[in-house]
Amino acid sequence: MNQASPIQRRTIAVLVDNEPGILARVVGLFSGRGYNIESLTVAETDADKHLSRITVVTSGSEMVIEQIKAQLDRLVPVHRVSDLTQEGPHVARELALVKVISKGNDRVEALRIADIFRAKAIDSTIGSFVFEITGSGEKINAFIELMAPLGLAEVSRTGIVAIARGEKRM
Amino acid sequence: MSTASAPTQTQDTAPITGAEIVLKALVDQGVEVIFGYPGGAVLPIYDALFQQNALRHILVRAEAGAVHAAEGYARSTGKVGVVLVTSGPGATNAVTGLVDALMDSIPIVCLTGQVPTHLIGNDAFQEADTTGITRPATKHNYLVKDIKNLSKVMHEAFHVARSGRPGPVVVDLPKDILMGKTAYTPAPETKHPSYRPRTEPDPRAIAQAVDLMVKAKKPILYTGGGIVNSGPEASKALIELAHLTGFPVTSTLMGLGVMPAADPLFLGMLGMHGTYEANLTMHGCDVMVNIGARFDDRVTGRLNAFSPNSRKIHADIDPSSINKNVRVDIPVVGDAGNVLRAMIAEWKKRVAEGAKPDKKALASWWEQIETWRKRDCLAYRKSTDIIKPQYALERLQAITAARDDVFITTEVGQHQMWAAQFMKFQKPNRWMTSGGLGTMGYGLPAAMGVQIAHPDALVVDVAGEASTLMNIQELSTIVQYRLPVKVFILNNQYMGMVRQWQELLHGSRYSESYMDSLPDFVKLAEAFGCVGLRATKLGEVDAVINEMIAVKRPVVVDMCVDQKENCFPMIPSGAAHNEMILGPTDKDAGSGSGKGPISEEGMVLV
Ligand SMILES: Cc1ncc(C[n+]2csc(CCOP(=O)(O)OP(=O)(O)O)c2C)c(N)n1
Ligand SMILES: [Mg+2]
Repeated sequence: MNQASPIQRRTIAVLVDNEPGILARVVGLFSGRGYNIESLTVAETDADKHLSRITVVTSGSEMVIEQIKAQLDRLVPVHRVSDLTQEGPHVARELALVKVISKGNDRVEALRIADIFRAKAIDSTIGSFVFEITGSGEKINAFIELMAPLGLAEVSRTGIVAIARGEKRM
Repeated sequence: MSTASAPTQTQDTAPITGAEIVLKALVDQGVEVIFGYPGGAVLPIYDALFQQNALRHILVRAEAGAVHAAEGYARSTGKVGVVLVTSGPGATNAVTGLVDALMDSIPIVCLTGQVPTHLIGNDAFQEADTTGITRPATKHNYLVKDIKNLSKVMHEAFHVARSGRPGPVVVDLPKDILMGKTAYTPAPETKHPSYRPRTEPDPRAIAQAVDLMVKAKKPILYTGGGIVNSGPEASKALIELAHLTGFPVTSTLMGLGVMPAADPLFLGMLGMHGTYEANLTMHGCDVMVNIGARFDDRVTGRLNAFSPNSRKIHADIDPSSINKNVRVDIPVVGDAGNVLRAMIAEWKKRVAEGAKPDKKALASWWEQIETWRKRDCLAYRKSTDIIKPQYALERLQAITAARDDVFITTEVGQHQMWAAQFMKFQKPNRWMTSGGLGTMGYGLPAAMGVQIAHPDALVVDVAGEASTLMNIQELSTIVQYRLPVKVFILNNQYMGMVRQWQELLHGSRYSESYMDSLPDFVKLAEAFGCVGLRATKLGEVDAVINEMIAVKRPVVVDMCVDQKENCFPMIPSGAAHNEMILGPTDKDAGSGSGKGPISEEGMVLV
């Protein structure tokens, strides 16, 4: 039934009560029903109201995406579900820490490329850098790819956080 | 004024134990009966229970029985069923019942004991991660870690269980919380901040739906358990809408009773073992009005061949049910009763404004339906000696037809489908069966719960011998509380439904579907303190049924039926509605109907 329509990628923001088990509920829903999670981030965003915001990047047919949103909305501690991709323009960013271990020319080249990508070296030793880079997922992918031959050793990524452009609020 | 209110004030704010808070909340929520089983972690609640009279506790013989009993109680009354079990194995034994209630949208609050908060996570004695285990088994669950939240959580649990699409809710109660003290707070009047199910349909959606309905030439009302959950008023509205429009009505397994079986507009159940007329009407309709059903795979058969030429309206209180399996044209989110009343009002308005439903088209649609009806799809090969299971149920139906107080539960298998086909329900809440999960062992404890709620009614568990053994221990509960439950076993010595599938799909290799050494059910009944009756010949059936009813005690009937009977009609998994297999008495059966062997695609489906 669902295979007919093309697979789409969506960034969905979910406002939830920051309570124990909420992440398990959301993740369990995705795994239990066989939905994809490409990335998922969560942190408290309103300490007074104990609200957290989850950003999940998922993919599926139109029908599956509608299901995902309806299923999320059905969870008792979920306040709002917002399909940022569908609802209009939004900005999405990811942060990555990239460790590069190299010497000589490779080291110089790594630093040069980091500069082009506006990545910051936030830790350095004689033999290594840790770069901090933010941007779209694609930009980070590109950066990592370029670092690969230059001593790429380790990557830690946050996953996407996103917010609607303009005056619109969730 | 102030002197009058002062005592209650102090009473309400005086600290009481967590266990007392639990019971007070239950009483305030209108609970009268709890089905439970004690253990270390819930001893404080049992101690508090001992010291009060407002709540009745029914001591089951295994926790699985407690949940099914609460389901029977809930389904037959419309109230929330309440379960109390201990931590660890008490909670894990309850899980099947919770999933059963989840699948069938039955309101349950299940209180589980838990090890004290400071031991949680330490693999303490009888510790289980109950909220973890039951997260996908419930509509929602809570672990109370601070006694200050206890009252609020208790009230919220009931609100969540019974509102919106009803379902099971677990409240996990660590022992130190039950023994601590704080003030009780009554149910809050404020709305829940995040959980707000939508019950009133959007008038625009209703208008679009009725647009389609007014123009329909070949309509059908496809009704389900959502109408039962909405309450008896919703059934009345359905009957009114059906007669106002003249539309034929079919119902899912879960919806039986929402439309009186005796009503000429009713076509019987649809789906895998539904009637020929119901399934072909669904297949051929041009406008389908689904009220409170969820396009279950047991109903739709092969999805890409399901009712291919219809425009579909789907009203459901749960937005996630809409467009899940079947894409519909007009989604309506709302409570079934509200939707039906809104449709009635809109239809009347349209007609008053001059809209003219196509009466001629409807009449010829009915003519077509009547030819399907004449096929007499439930006919079976009669016998003069051996008891056909269908015959036993026909007799049970005939003998009890005049009564208005008959409640039927079932186990799972062929007998369940025959009960759905042959028992005639004129009202909602009279039929309790495990539809979504198909849980063998449901019917006996469920009947017990029904009988607790309706002490003078005739409550019959239409059972299979294999299923009955799955919760047979509850006969002991039934005897303890003097519940005159009737366990009506259609004993074919086979897991009949499994045998039927093996016959049709696996070359009649009856792998492990026959049971040797079954107990003597008459003696078993007597051992428990019930009355045991047996019929082995056709001529004995009426006498046994009459005696079963006359005896004002729990009765187990061992109805020894034809071992090889199959349940028809049948739409094999993966087949379309118009590829139905009819029974051996049908003149075209085997040739025109069953389209050869079942496809490989169908074989993988359950
Ligand atoms: C707990 C559970 N286990 C297994 C099944 C699979 N199953 C469905 S029907 C059935 C046979 C039931 O036999 P019986 O109770 O004798 O009923 P009959 O079909 O013979 O009428 C089985 C094993 C099930 N539905 N539930
Ligand atoms: Mg059997």
